[in-house]
Amino acid sequence: MASLFQQSMPSTGPGYSFASAPTHHSSSGPRQHAFYPYTDNGGSTLGISGATFTILAGDTRSTSGYNINSRYAPKLFRIGGDGPENEGARIVLSVVGFAADGNALKERLDTMVKMYRYQHGKEISVHACAQRLSHILYGKRFFPYYVTAILGGLDDEGKGALYSYDPVGSYEREQCRAAGAASSLIMPFLDNQVNLKNQYDPASGEGLEKVMRVPEPLPQETVEQLVRDAFTSAVERHIEVGDGLQMMIITKEGVQETFTPLKKD
Amino acid sequence: MVGVRFKEVEKRDQAVITTGHSTPHLTPPYTPPITTTMPGFDFSNHNRNLALHSRGVPLPKATSTGTTIVGCLYDGGVVIAADTRATSGPIVADKNCEKLHYISPQIWCAGAGTAADTEFTTALISSNLELHALSTGRKPRVVTVMTMLKQHLFRYQGHIGAYLVVAGCDPTGAHLFTVHAHGSTDKLPYVTMGSGSLAAMSVFETQWKNSMTRDEAVALCAQAIQAGIFNDLGSGSNVDVCVITKEKTELLRNYITPNVREQKMRNYKFAKGTTAVLDQKVITKEEISKYVTVQDIGDGETGVGEKMEVDS
Repeated sequence: MASLFQQSMPSTGPGYSFASAPTHHSSSGPRQHAFYPYTDNGGSTLGISGATFTILAGDTRSTSGYNINSRYAPKLFRIGGDGPENEGARIVLSVVGFAADGNALKERLDTMVKMYRYQHGKEISVHACAQRLSHILYGKRFFPYYVTAILGGLDDEGKGALYSYDPVGSYEREQCRAAGAASSLIMPFLDNQVNLKNQYDPASGEGLEKVMRVPEPLPQETVEQLVRDAFTSAVERHIEVGDGLQMMIITKEGVQETFTPLKKD
Repeated sequence: MVGVRFKEVEKRDQAVITTGHSTPHLTPPYTPPITTTMPGFDFSNHNRNLALHSRGVPLPKATSTGTTIVGCLYDGGVVIAADTRATSGPIVADKNCEKLHYISPQIWCAGAGTAADTEFTTALISSNLELHALSTGRKPRVVTVMTMLKQHLFRYQGHIGAYLVVAGCDPTGAHLFTVHAHGSTDKLPYVTMGSGSLAAMSVFETQWKNSMTRDEAVALCAQAIQAGIFNDLGSGSNVDVCVITKEKTELLRNYITPNVREQKMRNYKFAKGTTAVLDQKVITKEEISKYVTVQDIGDGETGVGEKMEVDS
């Protein structure tokens, strides 16, 4: 039963906090006590862009080891806008990994975006914000923010724009991206359902004559359903994902936020 | 419940013990120079691992017990309960596994720790206990089970990762024990084990009282398991309960199911023709009959062997 999967599993156990501090004690020399500043808080995020919208989503559970820190710790943040609630923002940042770094990164990017408006008298474009985020991340190349970020918004033409990052600032614009603990479970699902990978057109010829299905931007309702199914499925198979699903939908009308409960076990 | 696979020792000198957190450094298998044959596990890799460790290779981490199991005595019997999640690292391997193991009709065991170890240890002790009961001509006792388990586990110095709650009724009354992997035991009116043991014990420590009724004990155990299910990531899904009195044993499989999956929003059935067919060959039943015996068992409902649970 459980044991069957053991050897092929890529994972190394739930993300422990201080217990997972790397131990470099060799048999000789004095024992070094090290402070390990990173913690993995689990959870997962996901973003999909459409023709006129971008959807970002993330579960709201925060974990350390086998414990739950919080059942409602948001991983999605409005960037820019006015006041403490960032009203009127048109850019959303999602961060997963080490929550403290995620919050620090969010604060930094939010400040930068607001400074841009004060200095230039106009809102920052998504692609400029995306490049700025990359620079912020690379600025800490040798003491990185331990996060995988996804930035969403609308580009200059009003099309959905989605940028994904690694912890040290490598980034690219994509149609969809899953990040965090259950990314290895969600990403293949997205490849198949959004980019229609490994699917032939049933109406096309036979055998080698068959042609691949061509991906095209999906309607908003379909994307919302895919996001819901991706998360309810991730909750079934990953212990660090659960409690609640926070979704932010960016359209030309602004940012619409929704919350759906997920299983709490 | 964390699964670890022990590769079966087929050839005497190729024993490889793998754990959940196996490091690539430890493969390929080391061939120890053994000439004498000895029964049981081969521990020669232990020395190899120590040698590698001294050279800086990290040893595989010990597996923790992602499970909640509890037990509680009451007036007239004993109750044990367990959650049904089996994990392998952070991945749920089985959403509805059985952690309540049969020892004898009136003695049952809840197991946490390494899945294979709890299953094989309880099966071995169950088997030996049956022979013991047959030779003595008496009903088996819970202390006997507890003693056999601790002696077996102590011999293996904790390498058999079985953490058990033993409960049952025998001619001397209702009994409840815990047995740890290293061989230590406890005899208490209420017990918890596994990674959810603290969550479950918090329920017992606030709610437990002397001389409860059957229903009170079942409700308390079920609540303790639910505390584990919701507050410990290593535990989840459903509650299994087993009530043992001197008259009979009741196994309440999936007594509470608080984590039923909601219906999916979309249908993921692929249209016929989504996968390209490059070549096809029809093999008839008659052709196969040349090599194997074909027996039609219909839809499988009336077929031989146990039916396997399958997700819809």
